[in-house]
Amino acid sequence: MSDQAAAFKHRINTALGDEQAHSNFRSAMSMLMEKRAAQFPDEDELLEKRQRANAIRAHALRNLPQLLEQLEQQLINNGIQVHWARDGAEANAIIHQLLEAAGAKSVVKGKSMVSEEIDLNHYLQQHGIEILESDLGEFIIQLAHETPSHIVMPAIHKTKQDIAELFHKHFPELPYSEDVDEMTQQARQILRDRFRQADAGISGVNFMVAETGTLCLVENEGNGRMSTTVPPLHIAVTGIEKVVEKLTDVPPLLDLLTKSATGQPITTYFNMISHPRQAGELDGPEAVHLVLLDNGRSHIKRDEVLLDTLRCIRCGSCINHCPVYVQVGGHAYGTVYPGPIGTVLEPMRLGIDQIGTLTSACSLCGACAQVCPVQIPLPKLINRLRADSVSHQNHSGVKGEGSLRKQAEVLSWKGWRWLYSSPLRYRLFSKLATRLRGLTPSSIGGWSRYRTVTKPAPRPLSELIKEAGFDHE
Amino acid sequence: MPTHPDEIYFMGTCLVDLFYPQAGLAGMKLIQGAGVRVIYPKDQGCCGQPAFNSGYREEALEVARSQMRCFPHEIPIVVPSGSCAGMVIHHWPELFAGETDEKQAIAVSRRTVELTQFLVDQLNLQLEDLGEPTEIAVHTSCSCRNELKVEDRIESLLSQLNQVTVLEQPRKAECCGFGGSFAIKQPEISGAMVQDKTDALHSTGATRVVSQDCGCLMNIGGALEKQQRTMQPQHIAEFLLERTHE
Repeated sequence: MSDQAAAFKHRINTALGDEQAHSNFRSAMSMLMEKRAAQFPDEDELLEKRQRANAIRAHALRNLPQLLEQLEQQLINNGIQVHWARDGAEANAIIHQLLEAAGAKSVVKGKSMVSEEIDLNHYLQQHGIEILESDLGEFIIQLAHETPSHIVMPAIHKTKQDIAELFHKHFPELPYSEDVDEMTQQARQILRDRFRQADAGISGVNFMVAETGTLCLVENEGNGRMSTTVPPLHIAVTGIEKVVEKLTDVPPLLDLLTKSATGQPITTYFNMISHPRQAGELDGPEAVHLVLLDNGRSHIKRDEVLLDTLRCIRCGSCINHCPVYVQVGGHAYGTVYPGPIGTVLEPMRLGIDQIGTLTSACSLCGACAQVCPVQIPLPKLINRLRADSVSHQNHSGVKGEGSLRKQAEVLSWKGWRWLYSSPLRYRLFSKLATRLRGLTPSSIGGWSRYRTVTKPAPRPLSELIKEAGFDHE
Repeated sequence: MPTHPDEIYFMGTCLVDLFYPQAGLAGMKLIQGAGVRVIYPKDQGCCGQPAFNSGYREEALEVARSQMRCFPHEIPIVVPSGSCAGMVIHHWPELFAGETDEKQAIAVSRRTVELTQFLVDQLNLQLEDLGEPTEIAVHTSCSCRNELKVEDRIESLLSQLNQVTVLEQPRKAECCGFGGSFAIKQPEISGAMVQDKTDALHSTGATRVVSQDCGCLMNIGGALEKQQRTMQPQHIAEFLLERTHE
């Protein structure tokens, strides 16, 4: 077993052994699935909406270079400065320089998976900058020194008792409480002061509108608005694929995003950031910057099958409906993005040689593709990455292509082909397997840990049909 | 796809051939009973799905090609398995893309239909329940539900049996954890999934679980047996035949 497979197996076994976490995931995912379903009572209407959202995103990706240029121009016209980052290291360095130039020492951050992708918090902390997560879930995770276990609900693996203990440890001056509203109020108080004192705010972006140079931010807690308006400097960071052409492209995507993610008809806050503080305005940051991250995205875009991944609007619905995720949770994946979308994104981002083994943790049940608001064919992409893991035939250029090819496995598939591509050999094999069924092993690796082994029938169907009077052409 | 064709091919599938021949025979008898000539090409083997889903596309292609040659005439191909039907209908066009026989593969995929869909849509099969009252659970294969979107056909067939009560399990749309190579490569996750699935099925109190896919039945049935639970797995074709024949 390769190192990455062994490490993955270890994380899986750890996750499966944690009954509390399993039960947390099960109840949370069941609730999210129900809430989403309640938002989409009409299947035909939902399909139309998904097709429309798919078309909007596909159109944007087809015209990505032009739209990014238009976006940059509009943003500059609006007074928002644009920075391009080839990878995470570049993005981190740009953000650090911007903070340093402004003399910023303390930062509040809204929820951003791209900032997780580039490991921004660690980078800034290493450079002496204090960074505080302001999304409640991210705040909890930061206190616990953990990573998000879900892209929308980062602390979904924690119980309220876990959180109460965490708060008590870090803020002993506050009264101990396991009441969710009480704990939320406590976090709110802690964060309020920090918003006021912060030198800069960092956020992600949900949609960027090329036509108008607008950055859209979807959130529920108001922390996004606080992070982007209270401090004098706002730095947004996001992936280049988040661009859409027109302002009218946003409502159909927003509608599906909130309903698919949390089953909400609309989130409590929807921010449209168009420019820094204007003369005569009472609030807003004095400077706004956007850092646009590539980090392999333009490479993915060159492959006409894998390209579909870039339509993702990060709703997490595929994760909520994944029967594997509900068993093992987010940390078992060992990556920033878990679940079906992570299983596709991460091997492309980090390389098959690093994390390609994720693609084995999928039963190809297809539940994810059924709920994806932009119709990403996730099982097809996972299957395609499995092929890229063991061969070079697709010339996909995914890093580590072919690196999971194992001689023993190759031989067994070659043997399978030898048997099944010749009717004569297959018939002989089925005759032998059925006649010698008594010799079927009762233990077949992991399969028989959970099931008895099914023996071949006494005679195969191909032998039974003649006496049953069917035509045997 | 013609309504009530005169003759059809039956693609038995490799799993049915070796492990569940009675399910295949039952499917063929149901179709023949409706006055359709059933042809079972004797050289057939496997659709290529196991290798395709494991990433071994070259191997899958050669086996699929050998299978394709067994079904030359322009008549429907009926498959008693959602995942094998899904392989032919949805993945053969991808697998054969750019090959000299791509057109043929696409033509064959268009003639292919899953058994319960065929019984309902093409044959409008009428069933008379001759059995004793019984309570069963149904596990709809993910291929029938998510890929082929024919999950309601099994329910429509069962609803004709007036002595049969279908008991609904919690989370009925969730995968049983089979997934072919998945169950071998990730046995612990697959094992946890089939545990949840069998617990859900068992909680209905039904004595039998029927499904359109023998892969699911092998997984669920094997787990039920290992857990020493009495619930019996059965392919939908066998169940329907048993209920409608003395």
